[in-house]
Amino acid sequence: MDASTILFYTIAAYILVTGVLAVTTRKIFRSAIWLLFSLIGIAALYFWMDLPFIAAVQIVVYVGGIVVLIIFSIFLTQKSGDQMPKPILGRTLPSALASFFGFVFTINLIWHHGFIENKGILFDPTVDSIGMQLLNTGEGGYILPFEVVSMLLLAAMVGCIVIAMKVKKEETI
Amino acid sequence: MISVGLTHILILSTCLFFIGMYGFFTRRNLITLLMSVELMLNSVNINFAAFNKYLFPEKLDGIFFNVFIITIAAAEAAVAIAIIINLYRSHNSIDVEDAGEMKY
Repeated sequence: MDASTILFYTIAAYILVTGVLAVTTRKIFRSAIWLLFSLIGIAALYFWMDLPFIAAVQIVVYVGGIVVLIIFSIFLTQKSGDQMPKPILGRTLPSALASFFGFVFTINLIWHHGFIENKGILFDPTVDSIGMQLLNTGEGGYILPFEVVSMLLLAAMVGCIVIAMKVKKEETI
Repeated sequence: MISVGLTHILILSTCLFFIGMYGFFTRRNLITLLMSVELMLNSVNINFAAFNKYLFPEKLDGIFFNVFIITIAAAEAAVAIAIIINLYRSHNSIDVEDAGEMKY
């Protein structure tokens, strides 16, 4: 067992433990912090897979953006010290069973599929090659989805402002 | 002990997806539901990166899908939080049981 294997199992255990804590803890602020740790673990997994660009994007967008947004909304809407009510057994038991059977089914599929790994060709996910191909207009280029996503982000930004804007009293119908 | 490969990463992401699904079914608070959805999206992202790295190393399409999913997840989280704040203003609660006007 080499260092890379040990590192993978450590990262996997870290992600899963923090993920389970994020969905089971009863204090909502702690739940957000456990989610933050889990997302950092996923960024570590991307580093382990030799994908430093994706790991950086993961840290910047998820850890620096989405989790901070979630924590802001917790502060705006909740008393963060309060415990949430315990979920009733009639809800946890069926959902645990559904998750368990779905898990077993998927693991069974993955285990018996027999993926043939392609080891001969060098994987080249440097920022240089990602940028060249992402903004390429020719064969296999992704410039059109890139522009569409930028429009989507603009629309989402305008939509957020419109939804969360306070309507003045005299303007309400 | 076999060396760590695609199957191990897929099993990890499957675990994470069903953890997120369990959270989605048991939680009754909209913000925690959103967190569970984020966990599920992240597990799918791991799948894209792993398939790209281990099965098609000559292409980069999985990486691009990964980046686009992260972007769309950010937009989705922002819109969801705007809706949650608006719901809190009108109902004074963000529990899904308290927002049942359109249920039947």
